[in-house]
Amino acid sequence: MQYHSPASFAEASQLAAAATGTTRFLAGGTDVLVQLRADIVTPDTLIDIKKIPGTRDITRNADGSWTLGVAVSGAEMGEHAALVADWPGVVEAMNLVGSTQVQGRATLTGNLCNGSPAADSVPAMVAAGVTATVTGPNGERKVPVGSIPTGPGRTSLAKGEVVSALHIPARGEHAGDAYLRFIPRSEMDIAVVGCAVNLRLDGDTISEARVSLGAVAPTVLLVEDAAAAIVGSTLDDAALDRLAAAASAACKPINDKRGTIEFRTQVAGVLARRVARIAYARAKGEIIKGHHG
Amino acid sequence: MSKIHVSTTVNGDAVEYLCDPRETLLDCLRDKLSLTGAKEGCGTGDCGACSVTLDGRLVCSCLVLGVEAEGKEIGTVEGIADGDVLHPLQQKFIDYAALQCGICTPGILVAAKALLEQNPDPTEEEVRFWLAGNLCRCTGYDKIIRAVMDTARDMREAV
Repeated sequence: MQYHSPASFAEASQLAAAATGTTRFLAGGTDVLVQLRADIVTPDTLIDIKKIPGTRDITRNADGSWTLGVAVSGAEMGEHAALVADWPGVVEAMNLVGSTQVQGRATLTGNLCNGSPAADSVPAMVAAGVTATVTGPNGERKVPVGSIPTGPGRTSLAKGEVVSALHIPARGEHAGDAYLRFIPRSEMDIAVVGCAVNLRLDGDTISEARVSLGAVAPTVLLVEDAAAAIVGSTLDDAALDRLAAAASAACKPINDKRGTIEFRTQVAGVLARRVARIAYARAKGEIIKGHHG
Repeated sequence: MSKIHVSTTVNGDAVEYLCDPRETLLDCLRDKLSLTGAKEGCGTGDCGACSVTLDGRLVCSCLVLGVEAEGKEIGTVEGIADGDVLHPLQQKFIDYAALQCGICTPGILVAAKALLEQNPDPTEEEVRFWLAGNLCRCTGYDKIIRAVMDTARDMREAV
């Protein structure tokens, strides 16, 4: 295994483009090193991107949007009060991944590029409208994060391409986001269903919404019917019923040891109701702490 | 396979080693630096027996490559005591018999110390969640949690 620690993403991309065999990028390593040690994936080329300037930075831009370096850990996100205030759902989703030790290393970008349908942070990022800069042999392109995972363990990134930054939109006024997942225990488990809601209010009425589900399909889902079910409402009981029905209807889950198709489908609706209520309350200015807040 | 030279700091001491890029920080600590306090339990980041700090941040050393330690500051259980004087957590773990086989203990001490440095007055729930990544198959956790809570109280009163 060749280990490289390039000084720029252009160099990282060139190394990956020129490499033969299996290539992996190393950020927090909480998936890559597990796969290496379990002999699931043994890279021929390992490219550590953490020596690249800016990869540990959390930056609030002049327009209120955020740029996150690809090696920012979950713990660093959770300790960033202004980021938590703007995007509590994205942060609480990331903070649900693994233990304290894993939080010290694990990253949003790694969670995204690992390609697990159950990745906690990905539905939250999709609901928030997060985009990624992808650096490749032909320069940079910007894509919605939801376009990167294409199936379990697979991504749309071409040979030589690497995610070089994440961009979270400006929060704006009267808006909130939230994420919940179901697991059969209280900690250290993988989502059976995950749900994120991001919405904006005009007075008491929802003017914009994005609803995303994880672990109920081969990839993260952005459920437009679920968003349409609550836009224009005050999140009254009828709207919540429509939301839950739309979330359940979007599910295409598998049966496995974590949950059956029927269970996952029902829980998606239950979580959508709960998450929407939290996002709504946050949009009203309430401080609702996450599981680890 | 060519080896890579790594210069790092462990418990305040400058150290160097040569490692294969596949070797973990845990392997390097144990096999090259003879610091055998950190234990390999699962090797996949689930059990926390290999917990160390990396630039002050709690991590599993089995999920860090030895080469990633270049220029970093590593803290292990060997650095917790002040010479012959045990850290209050270590003394309290003895007083409470908060261990049986002891394999998990170094990782739990490193993790608990990191918690108390960040949060000197944790609730029991906060202690339990913080230590959720440190598995103990002997004690049932009760004495561990009580030892950490009592140490926190003693350390607050000592300030």
